[in-house]
Amino acid sequence: MTIYLNKDSKIIVQGITGGMGSKHTELMLLAGSHIVGGVNARKAGSTVTLNDQELHVYGTVKEAMEATGANVSVLFVPPAFTKDACIEAIDAGMPLMVVITEGVPVKDTAEVFAYLDGKSTRMVGPNCPGIISPGESLAGITPHTIAGKGPIGLVSKSGTLTYQMMYELRDHGFTTAIGIGGDPVIGTTHIDALEAFENDPETRAIVMIGEIGGDAEERAAEYIKAHVTKPVVGYVAGFTAPEGKTMGHAGAIVSGSSGTAAAKKEALEAAGVKVGKTPSETAELMRQIIRDLDA
Amino acid sequence: MDLFEYQARDMFEAHGVPVLSAEVITDAGDAAAAAERIGAASGGVVVVKAQVKTGGRGKAGGVKLAKTPEEATAAAEQILGMDIKGHTVNAVMIAQGASIAEEYYFSVLLDRSNRTLLAMCSKEGGMEIEQLAVERPEALAKIPVNAITGIDEAKAAEIVQAAGFTSDQDAIAQVLVKLWDVYRAEDATLVEVNPLVKTTDGQIIALDGKVSLDENADFRQQHHADLEDASATDPLEAKAKGLGLNYVKLDGQVGIIGNGAGLVMSTLDVVAYAGEARGGVKPANFLDIGGGANAEVMANGLDVILGDEQVKAVFVNVFGGITACDEVANGIKGALEILGDHATKPLVVRLDGNNVEKGRAILDELNHPLVTQVDTMDGAADKAAELANA
Repeated sequence: MTIYLNKDSKIIVQGITGGMGSKHTELMLLAGSHIVGGVNARKAGSTVTLNDQELHVYGTVKEAMEATGANVSVLFVPPAFTKDACIEAIDAGMPLMVVITEGVPVKDTAEVFAYLDGKSTRMVGPNCPGIISPGESLAGITPHTIAGKGPIGLVSKSGTLTYQMMYELRDHGFTTAIGIGGDPVIGTTHIDALEAFENDPETRAIVMIGEIGGDAEERAAEYIKAHVTKPVVGYVAGFTAPEGKTMGHAGAIVSGSSGTAAAKKEALEAAGVKVGKTPSETAELMRQIIRDLDA
Repeated sequence: MDLFEYQARDMFEAHGVPVLSAEVITDAGDAAAAAERIGAASGGVVVVKAQVKTGGRGKAGGVKLAKTPEEATAAAEQILGMDIKGHTVNAVMIAQGASIAEEYYFSVLLDRSNRTLLAMCSKEGGMEIEQLAVERPEALAKIPVNAITGIDEAKAAEIVQAAGFTSDQDAIAQVLVKLWDVYRAEDATLVEVNPLVKTTDGQIIALDGKVSLDENADFRQQHHADLEDASATDPLEAKAKGLGLNYVKLDGQVGIIGNGAGLVMSTLDVVAYAGEARGGVKPANFLDIGGGANAEVMANGLDVILGDEQVKAVFVNVFGGITACDEVANGIKGALEILGDHATKPLVVRLDGNNVEKGRAILDELNHPLVTQVDTMDGAADKAAELANA
């Protein structure tokens, strides 16, 4: 099995007519995703042809869901309009909303998160590569060619480190790899993904990639200690990052003594997680775990 | 982006938060005239305050009371140019003196852990809030604030009550509502007032403020660009920003170019580990060229990095996800052509991922004397560290 996304997922793309939206819709189709349409209020009723497939453009998420039975929305909407697009998807009752957009003001994301309270939607992102369940479906921008299906679950704050780690472990493959994003406020956390992987019978071991900023990794370590029985391997980026400088992601900043990579590594190791010094070493730790599980 | 105190003061004033009159000067010769204007309403008394983006100004001697224009000049002369925790004082604020009866604390900020906003308030302001939180946590009220509904009058009253105020509740609550307006309207991630004071004549005034702004909101906060402190920006960082590059200058010898924030951060770490066995060389910078690694972006990136005199070798670490490695290789090739004789330092290149064979073949064929290809990230980091230590 996979988490959050599988071959039966029916995906719509909010912002399908934009440059990023159309390019990545093509790539999602190539990955085997079941894309059932797109949304753009100004181009409602038109169609776009991507990868030889004609896709209907709906005026609203609600219409798209009613017409297609979509249960996943992937958002490639500019930052200025992301909040409204999210609220539209939430109001329509979209079960899973994957927000790829980078550069969303944190106030907007905090408002969307507050709005999610009591609603049925799961948000992934923003500022993330999305979800891939290799061989089944892709809701996002992760290249589907890096690695195939396998026994590992992966959760990461960083997009390119997700790709790097999938590449390192392409000999084993993944149930699902989920990029949760590097912003200060995100919809789905390491803990959410850990819980889902713990409950997924086909996931045998979990790789968790973190980076400086906030205390999500420390919280995840607490969660692992209390609730996760499957082996977890960790990697944390940003040991050399100086205090007070944002390292690319809006959330990747060390302030005072909090948010350092060293503190995160320590917390994870205290929870029994093996933490690699480099992505390659982390992959090797995972290989050893799989060998031990097979033994 | 963090603001200077005077910028926070101006922002407070624009949103109706009560503040004291003040002027900012950068030349001590202007202090006397400013003190005369500002002090007119406070019996000539002004406070001369260093404008630096760090705490502990008072202890460092960066805040002085002046009773006459001459004293203000003397204070400005002393404070301007002072070094406070590595920050040079380039400006002082001359603020009206106030007769303080009580000092309080208030802040509203993003609470990342709980993915909401948080208001903190205390009747015991003035001291460092971290210290108060440790020593007397019961004296610091922490109230979650919903990002949508914010701090309205009812919420402000709740905060004031939680902090234990027994007088002036309405007056303080009104100020909190206005401070929320600063937070909301300016896309702040922190608005802090320490101290929020009650004067002997009963007014509630924000005496010192800290504001941090969300740069992701710059598209709808165009006036925030004027608040940037050009003097503090590293010249290479300024150049990179002008070229649209995400660059942070560090103190090391191995220049780094990569794609994606996480992978670049990881590259810095891997280079630092490799450097431990290579004479202690360290990464010289963070530079994320993002998805579009064409020749122009690559040339701009290399140009910035080669402008760093400390750099002895450069490590280009790219994992082709959406970006194809042949495009990256052509980018490197084009960049070397554009830079010509300016490219003088060895380049270690590690390409992996999408179209890696084509990419490596392009660089093999180029056979440039400065370029070395290494297949793995760890191996390439070691090679770059070795070359930087040569």
